[in-house]
Amino acid sequence: MKAKTKKFHLKIPGRLENLERIRTFISGIASGMGFAKDDINKIELAIDEACTNVIKHAYRDVPNGDIDINVKSDDKKIAIRVTDYGKSFNHETIEMPDMEKYLAELRVGGLGIYLMKTLMDEVDYEAGPGNRNNVIMVKYLPASNN
Amino acid sequence: MSEFEVTRKDVDDISIVYLKGYLDAHTAPEFETALQQLVDEERVKIVVNLAKLAYISSAGLGVFMGFIEDIRQKDGDIKLAEPTEKVFRVFDLLGFPVLYEIVSKESEAVDKYKKG
Repeated sequence: MKAKTKKFHLKIPGRLENLERIRTFISGIASGMGFAKDDINKIELAIDEACTNVIKHAYRDVPNGDIDINVKSDDKKIAIRVTDYGKSFNHETIEMPDMEKYLAELRVGGLGIYLMKTLMDEVDYEAGPGNRNNVIMVKYLPASNN
Repeated sequence: MSEFEVTRKDVDDISIVYLKGYLDAHTAPEFETALQQLVDEERVKIVVNLAKLAYISSAGLGVFMGFIEDIRQKDGDIKLAEPTEKVFRVFDLLGFPVLYEIVSKESEAVDKYKKG
């Protein structure tokens, strides 16, 4: 039997003071799905990092640009799509930092993408349609829950 | 509103900074201001007490990264004390235990400065 997919949507202005509401929105869904506390913390941090990047980069010159957060959940996974309509950002050219070198050089910032990839099972980027930039992140429930 | 508070206690030449609540990109500037204030006062023996810090994102970690080099050049340090398990995990993920002294008791960090 096909698992029932649930959908959730939050449209919110891309402002840093909204990060807390975004985290609460996502952790509520993850908690309802039965993720363990530790995984909920990871998902919450990943969405924060994704939206912080949108606000600081894509919307640097657009103080109230909308962020659309679309979530699909079923009995196996949570899939989160973060969409902005700002300056596009070629994520493919960003390489995973060599953390040892990174820390040795004491460089500031740019840790968000590294964290997202470490915290989530899948992280992908899609450009379009139109001026949309999408980050898609997936986290699977542990196999024992399936 | 993200709840976040920075308070400070000075003990001789050591300053203890208490973080409370949620440290994200919205609240990070407040922490940055507090550290800048210490640097401006040339108080560079710093302990950051994390016992009441509920959450940290990379923006918060970036504040530590932004000051450590300057503070160590001035013969100071930032030592971290009493992180919750949740907050420690984020520090650990980014390799902070290699770069920073992280101890389970504030008094331990203070003693390390006193022993020089």
